[in-house]
Amino acid sequence: MDLSSSRRNFLKAVTALGAAGLPPADADAPPPASASAPAAGSGTALMHPAHHGAHRGAVPGEAEAFQCLTGPEAAFVEAAIGVLIPADELGPGAREAGVATFIDRQLAGAFGTAARTYRLGPWPEGTPEQGFQSRLTPREIYRAGIAESDAYCRTHYGRGFDALEALQREEVLKGLEAGSIALESVAAPLFFSLLLANTQEGFFADPMYGGNRDKAGWRLAGFPGVAAAYVDEIGKHNVPYRVEPVSIGDVQQGRAPVDAHGHALHTRLDKRS
Amino acid sequence: MTATRLKPVDVVTVGVGVSGTILGKELTDAGLQVVGLERGAPRDTHPDFDMPGIHDELKYSRRFELMQDLSRETLSFRNAPGETALPMRQLGSFLPGEGVGGAGVHWNGQTWRFLPWDFETRSRSIARYGKDALAADCTSQDWGVSYADLEAHYDRFEQVYGIGGRAGNLHGEIRPGGNPFEGPRSRDYPNPPMQDSYATALFAQASTALGYHSFPMPSANMTRGYTNPYGQTLGPCVYCGYCERFGCEMGAKASPQTAVLPALLASPRYQLRTRANVLRVNLDSQRKRAVSVSYVDARGREFEQPAEIVLLTSYVFGNVRHLLLAGIGRPYDPVANQGVVGRNYAYQCISGVTAFFEDKAFNPFMGAGALGQVVDEFNGDNFDHSGLGFVGGGFIACSSTGTRPIESHPVPPGTPRWGGAWKKAVAHYSGRSLGIVAHGAVQSYRTNYLDIDPTYRDACGLPLLRMTFDFHDNERRMSEYLTARAEAIARALAPSAVSAAARSGRYSIVPYQSTHNTGGAVMGADPATSAVNPYLQSWDVPNVFVVGASAFPQNAGYNPTGTVGALSYRVADAIRERYLQRPGPIAG
Repeated sequence: MDLSSSRRNFLKAVTALGAAGLPPADADAPPPASASAPAAGSGTALMHPAHHGAHRGAVPGEAEAFQCLTGPEAAFVEAAIGVLIPADELGPGAREAGVATFIDRQLAGAFGTAARTYRLGPWPEGTPEQGFQSRLTPREIYRAGIAESDAYCRTHYGRGFDALEALQREEVLKGLEAGSIALESVAAPLFFSLLLANTQEGFFADPMYGGNRDKAGWRLAGFPGVAAAYVDEIGKHNVPYRVEPVSIGDVQQGRAPVDAHGHALHTRLDKRS
Repeated sequence: MTATRLKPVDVVTVGVGVSGTILGKELTDAGLQVVGLERGAPRDTHPDFDMPGIHDELKYSRRFELMQDLSRETLSFRNAPGETALPMRQLGSFLPGEGVGGAGVHWNGQTWRFLPWDFETRSRSIARYGKDALAADCTSQDWGVSYADLEAHYDRFEQVYGIGGRAGNLHGEIRPGGNPFEGPRSRDYPNPPMQDSYATALFAQASTALGYHSFPMPSANMTRGYTNPYGQTLGPCVYCGYCERFGCEMGAKASPQTAVLPALLASPRYQLRTRANVLRVNLDSQRKRAVSVSYVDARGREFEQPAEIVLLTSYVFGNVRHLLLAGIGRPYDPVANQGVVGRNYAYQCISGVTAFFEDKAFNPFMGAGALGQVVDEFNGDNFDHSGLGFVGGGFIACSSTGTRPIESHPVPPGTPRWGGAWKKAVAHYSGRSLGIVAHGAVQSYRTNYLDIDPTYRDACGLPLLRMTFDFHDNERRMSEYLTARAEAIARALAPSAVSAAARSGRYSIVPYQSTHNTGGAVMGADPATSAVNPYLQSWDVPNVFVVGASAFPQNAGYNPTGTVGALSYRVADAIRERYLQRPGPIAG
């Protein structure tokens, strides 16, 4: 792989921080919107100065502190999501995009506590066609799945998952996905599929949930985020529509201009006006 | 708990969605006092669906903000009668709504009339293909109404919901650019069709080259500003691509909120009660008449609402469960093939083809829920089924409903599910693929039915509904046939890769397929095989009408809402013009 030196340094920095169980600091990306003053340069038509004061005195990084994951759990998640969506020449991966923060927030909230899940027993395992039947909440599945996967790694490799070589991490994740690694409290494929689904969610969800930092996932997929009115665009066939993505926060906090109905007025990245 | 007995009213609707609001409006207009009971919360275009918050894929599409809260109530599921049903703990295969407007808030707006054949599935199949046309355990049947009976009701619904489309059959005259297979219309759609996207335009070209008649999908996403017969003005759709699973910030998607409710709420004869969870329909001592419904309100207080007419207007599952819990009609016994309530539960058999390209830009995030091009050559009995081993079919369509990256990041077959190669494929193929769907029908069978679960209960302590359902060989063969035709259209576009998967194996409640659940309180001319008569009136308790897709004896190869709307108007007419004159069973 031919990486530029700055990219190589960036990956090194990420690896070092990730191994220590800290949230990654992405040297290449601007600070996340939630942690600092609004980014300059985007539209100013509907700026709300009142919002600026709300952020005065905010400590950079404060919003990324883990609410739910323990130190070792965070290290496991950081290591795993870096394999599921790696950083590469196309741009940041799940770690750099803040997906660990996203997963932590999700587990701390209604999703993590299965607030809208039917939770009464009994709990026979059922058939695959009958779907999710675990007695555990997603938060409990992570807690048990991480601890038991880590125990497996210590037995088979002599160290925890986050300390494994890249290829070994991949091997373990494949084993969990296929169920060839057996966990005690939860079916390994269930734990893995939850981790994979949440990783993709965090990479592609609105940045206000803690992931998709600097809209890395949206940039990768060419997704504009908050939509514009496309009524005059839909009929322009086979013409790429490439724009600077707009988040919900960009609109709420006045960083992105909108039309009378609240649809984004996108800044085009291609040659067309 | 002692229930507070309320002042009697003429009509109570159990549920305030597509059918509950139409019936509320029509019957208050006829001078009746109507109470609408809705288990969920009030919600409206403003402020609930305001920008920018409504453009939140995680909240609405992944965490199902607008859908049923399963922690309070769900159903149980098994594939076959010998198995143990287990609760649907998370939403997956289908997404029932909760709250004012029901699933009519988060639908896409694809609004169909069923084919004339669909209403006479059994008799016409046997007439054309012989007495063995349907499998021995197939319980598909005629509806007890014809397309001609429903035409005026379809027309009324299309006018109220502002449907945009192009007529293919006007007074029996086939018109270019429309669906040549549709039943005759008394007039054209009230609005023009939607604009085409690049994907739908390519599909139309390829289909036409193959000799099919491609036509624009009938759409409840407004193609221009529109004022309906209730005086409701709906804004024009801006193709933002957030329809399915979302509310519309523009008020441009026809829904109970945008098309009916403001006019209904203006009536002094209507009262909407939200967070009112109906527990049961109460019958008189003879069990021949419903006297009231009992419900629990937001504070846990129980009320009894007496009414002259009880309209079950909730989703399929709520309608059937209320009948079973109240003991209205005989529950279906699949062994004896007797009884009617819960009988003929059916669904949709959908399969998909994705075509990948190297040099095209589809901008798939643009679109509207019902923006599509469709071919109907393989729906219903529009083609010769001789020797095919199945009856029925489905439409084949390319839709630009608007995609978002968590749910939709198609990659070519053989791509790993994660890792660097997956990421590269996502980056390369985002915006370079189009999907074609085969929207197949599902026939009814003895072993597909709804009854009461013996084990699991809801938050009110009431037993859950139990679903027993699987696809049968008829559906698997149909899906193979339809998917092959869809794939041929995709291949005609010379893509670099194609993925195609016919529906095979057992039905799973996990992956999303469609919120097109049908049957369980089916209509018909014979009380031995139907729970409600051709006016959706209970055969057993004639002041109860059961309105919705629960009345479909089997499901057609179309989305159900157009027919749900038409049936709602049929019930409104029957009550207003016949039942009120002489309360009791409506004859013939």
